Amino acid sequence: MPGKTASNKERFLPLLVLIIALLIWTGIAVLRVFPDSVFPSPLDVAKGFIEELRTGRLLDDIVASLFRVTTGFGLAVLLGVPVGLWLGNHARARAAFLPLINFFRSLSPLAWIPFAILWFGIGDLPTVFLIFMAVFFPLVLATVAAVANIPSVYFRVARDYGFSDTEMLMKVTLPAIAPQVITSLRVTAGLAWLVVVAAEMIAGRAGLGFAIWDARNGLRMDLLVCGMIVIGVIGIILDRILLQLTKIPSVRWGYER
Amino acid sequence: MNDKPLIVDNVSLNFGSVVVFEKLSLAVERGEFVAVVGPSGCGKTTLLNLFSQFLKPATGSVISAAQVRMVYQHDSLFPWQTVSENIALGLRRLTEEKVRDRLLKEMLELIRLEGFANHYPHQLSGGMRQRVELGRALIGNSDILLLDEPFSSLDYLTRIRMRNELARMLIQLPRTVVLVTHDIEEAAQLADRIVVLSDRPARVCAEFRVALARPRELTHPEVVTTVHKILAELGLEHERGKVVALQ
Repeated sequence: MPGKTASNKERFLPLLVLIIALLIWTGIAVLRVFPDSVFPSPLDVAKGFIEELRTGRLLDDIVASLFRVTTGFGLAVLLGVPVGLWLGNHARARAAFLPLINFFRSLSPLAWIPFAILWFGIGDLPTVFLIFMAVFFPLVLATVAAVANIPSVYFRVARDYGFSDTEMLMKVTLPAIAPQVITSLRVTAGLAWLVVVAAEMIAGRAGLGFAIWDARNGLRMDLLVCGMIVIGVIGIILDRILLQLTKIPSVRWGYER
Repeated sequence: MNDKPLIVDNVSLNFGSVVVFEKLSLAVERGEFVAVVGPSGCGKTTLLNLFSQFLKPATGSVISAAQVRMVYQHDSLFPWQTVSENIALGLRRLTEEKVRDRLLKEMLELIRLEGFANHYPHQLSGGMRQRVELGRALIGNSDILLLDEPFSSLDYLTRIRMRNELARMLIQLPRTVVLVTHDIEEAAQLADRIVVLSDRPARVCAEFRVALARPRELTHPEVVTTVHKILAELGLEHERGKVVALQ
């Protein structure tokens, strides 16, 4: 079928772009546009990658970063969604708290780095705290907006058919906000991944951000690029995992209509 | 058994300074199909909200002495539930699974959506969605069906088709019906009695009866005559006699 060939071709396009990018990279390295010491070739990076894998350092760093992101993100979701639900349902509380939440949302979480180190030292805790600060506020706002957007007719219907308060929450509010909340989970997970790298550069003793900073200090640009590539790839994988949530049949309506 | 399961008696209601009803009285008989027409904003939907007990009158009394189900103007199906899950809402009190499944299957047949049980509302056309809404309201042991402009979002041809569908469903599952509509044709084609409301504060300014069995042809002389009478009552057309006199 012509349509199928077209989609197969489309599948190869990103690979093609990747190959071209690698060729340009190699070209710049071979032509010595920049000195070797500040512009590693793809081969150098590949060698560095294998070295990092052999020593086990790369895996340790990945585990450290993922642990922090999962903890900080998880805590922010566990607290942010309920707070958003509560504010979404209480107009007065919303009016009272929304300006403050908007303020913290607009504040770069990296501005908290000095305090994070002073309060929590160096290691997992300050990074988890920073990720929490990055995710919590946008998630609360997204949940509030989603609750406010639920058509009131759904609650009328639920009342007509005798739903209890718990059922209103579990069977109307939550499924009604699910598509919007999932979208905002994808956005904030990306944000968390950006923040973990930055936070680890300053407040970490392990993790991918720390690895990059360490490579820079040791003038190992090959390891630095290796770290960058791993960070980018994991970021894509995280988003792909969360993308699966949008394929649940009962939330498809939020993306298809 | 109550002969008049729906009664508003001497009801007054206002939203702030806007007086919607002032001593309005209206009774609907068991099994009767009443259509309520009138100018925009005269309180037609508010009347349904009184019948469904969603609103309480300031003074006067409202009786709805039976299980009431409402079909709304806008998409009110839960988009996160399938067609059969949405319809099954009407069977929530039924615990026996076998009976539930049988009733559900029968309803899907009645609304002609047998192959769509596991589809989601957004995968259906407007007319199909509205049939699911009717199915949800008709399934189980409801007695009264309140319809709030149920077909207003559909195109003209689908609307005519849906009137016939509704008439067909009501033959199998008779209900006391109150239909609020802007569509005078719809009122004349479906209702036993058409109540014309005036501007706010709304009062009943005319009633027309159509003693024809449903489903009715849209072009049946009695339906057409009723449309003329309603339009004349609303000041949108000269009465037939007067038009002739003018010529």
